[in-house]
Amino acid sequence: MPDPILQMRGLTAHYGDFQALYGIDMHVDPGEVLAIIGANGAGKTTLMRSVTGLLRNGANQIRYRGQDISRLRADQVARRGLAMVPEGRQLFPSLSVKENLMIGAQVGRKGPWDLGAVYRLFPILDERKDQQSISLSGGQQQMVAIGRALMSNPDLLLFDEISLGLAPIVIKDIYAALPGIIKDGMSAIIVEQDIAQALKVSGRVYCLQEGRVSLEGASDKVTREEISRAYFGIA
Amino acid sequence: MDWLNAIVQGTLLGGLYVLFAAGLSLIFGVMRLVNIAHGDLIVLGAYLGLTVTTTVGLHPLAALVIVVPAMGLIGYALQRGLLNQTLGDDLLPPLLVTFGLSVILQNGLLELYTADPQKMDAGALETASVTVGGLTLGVLPLLTFGFAVAVIWGLQWTFYRTGLGRAFRAVSDNQDIAQLMGLNRRHIFGLAMALALAVTAIAGILLGIRTSFDPSIGGGRLIFGFEAVIIGGLGNLWGTLAGGVILGVAQTLGAKIDPGWQILSGHLAFLIILAIRPNGLFPRIAA
Repeated sequence: MPDPILQMRGLTAHYGDFQALYGIDMHVDPGEVLAIIGANGAGKTTLMRSVTGLLRNGANQIRYRGQDISRLRADQVARRGLAMVPEGRQLFPSLSVKENLMIGAQVGRKGPWDLGAVYRLFPILDERKDQQSISLSGGQQQMVAIGRALMSNPDLLLFDEISLGLAPIVIKDIYAALPGIIKDGMSAIIVEQDIAQALKVSGRVYCLQEGRVSLEGASDKVTREEISRAYFGIA
Repeated sequence: MDWLNAIVQGTLLGGLYVLFAAGLSLIFGVMRLVNIAHGDLIVLGAYLGLTVTTTVGLHPLAALVIVVPAMGLIGYALQRGLLNQTLGDDLLPPLLVTFGLSVILQNGLLELYTADPQKMDAGALETASVTVGGLTLGVLPLLTFGFAVAVIWGLQWTFYRTGLGRAFRAVSDNQDIAQLMGLNRRHIFGLAMALALAVTAIAGILLGIRTSFDPSIGGGRLIFGFEAVIIGGLGNLWGTLAGGVILGVAQTLGAKIDPGWQILSGHLAFLIILAIRPNGLFPRIAA
């Protein structure tokens, strides 16, 4: 078994006096697609903010490729090859589609992803490249957000609630594009409310409940009962 | 002809106000920072120019080569060392800190250079003029206006045509997400302040050639700068150019009616525009 690309040990996170994460243990293996599910307020977004460096954590709680990244700023984490497609897309409104994509390349990492590759993946973005990013439809904005993250040529890509607020048909399209995105040994974490979708694309799954891991298992092995118990805390 | 002359002279005077305002507009646009010390930083630029011209013996315009990068460095250090610590959801800390900085700058300049009014000697440039269609235009005001247009054009170009400008806009839009994309906002803010103070250096030197100055005049320059920014619309650079010109023209027209009304009529024009268009004439829209 190769060393995990990302490893969390006893990860805790606080917003002032409020504790959001209580000692999370989790790992992502190289090339693996991991799903994280959980109800609203279970700590999924806090976990993403911790991993990407938007929240500071205690020393040695998060290791990436064997190195401690828990105290790094988000831009330093990004330079090491960790990118995120944030919840709600969060494109830069005053930048055009193309400029949003180019911001993603700012970290200067070499790899297969450049403007051409993103346009081949989502041809509609090539047509709309000079438009303001927020003038696009929700699904197209999500494509920009995914393309923006890919432009940094990450080794580990985090998808935070990519189906939120999108029409079912659009969600289907986005997920259909995923195998073309997660390739070349890239690892991914998919945070998703849509459990069926999350289980379908992932190899392993963690369920969070009130800031703790309530279930861990292979995505094709966990049962419906196990999930509802882990999700809602019903015994 | 007299009125036309007043309008033309006012437009050229507005060029100086545009230079006062450009730095304010830029840093507010990028980091929502209202810099109360901006006027005193303009005066600092003038004094740096004075020191360079008297010690090295350079012409004030040649001193720009030294003062502009020096002010840029001061800006970067000021932002990284002090102002970044004040930025957050609360607007009050940066206001208080830059107010304090304004007091420190004024008193520091007073200690170093005394309260005596100073002026930079630009030789023949100060009185040179050209006649265009019956109007006599000063070469210095023309040059100032040229600088103003060039600075606004240059900032606009930087904002919309360069990677640095893209980073400025991204950080301005969403600091967290920009940070996720590998942009260190503290560094980007430092670069924005460096650019703003580099422009301030130009403003300070042109001010110091045009009129005499002493450590206490920063506040007045700050007001003119603010008025130009707000007339034009916050965060819009071409709007700032228009705002400076409107302010300058209002002042010279007021002075034409009665010399005592110059400053007052500028403020009145500002208040009227604010009453009719509270967001300024050209509020921020993406280019």
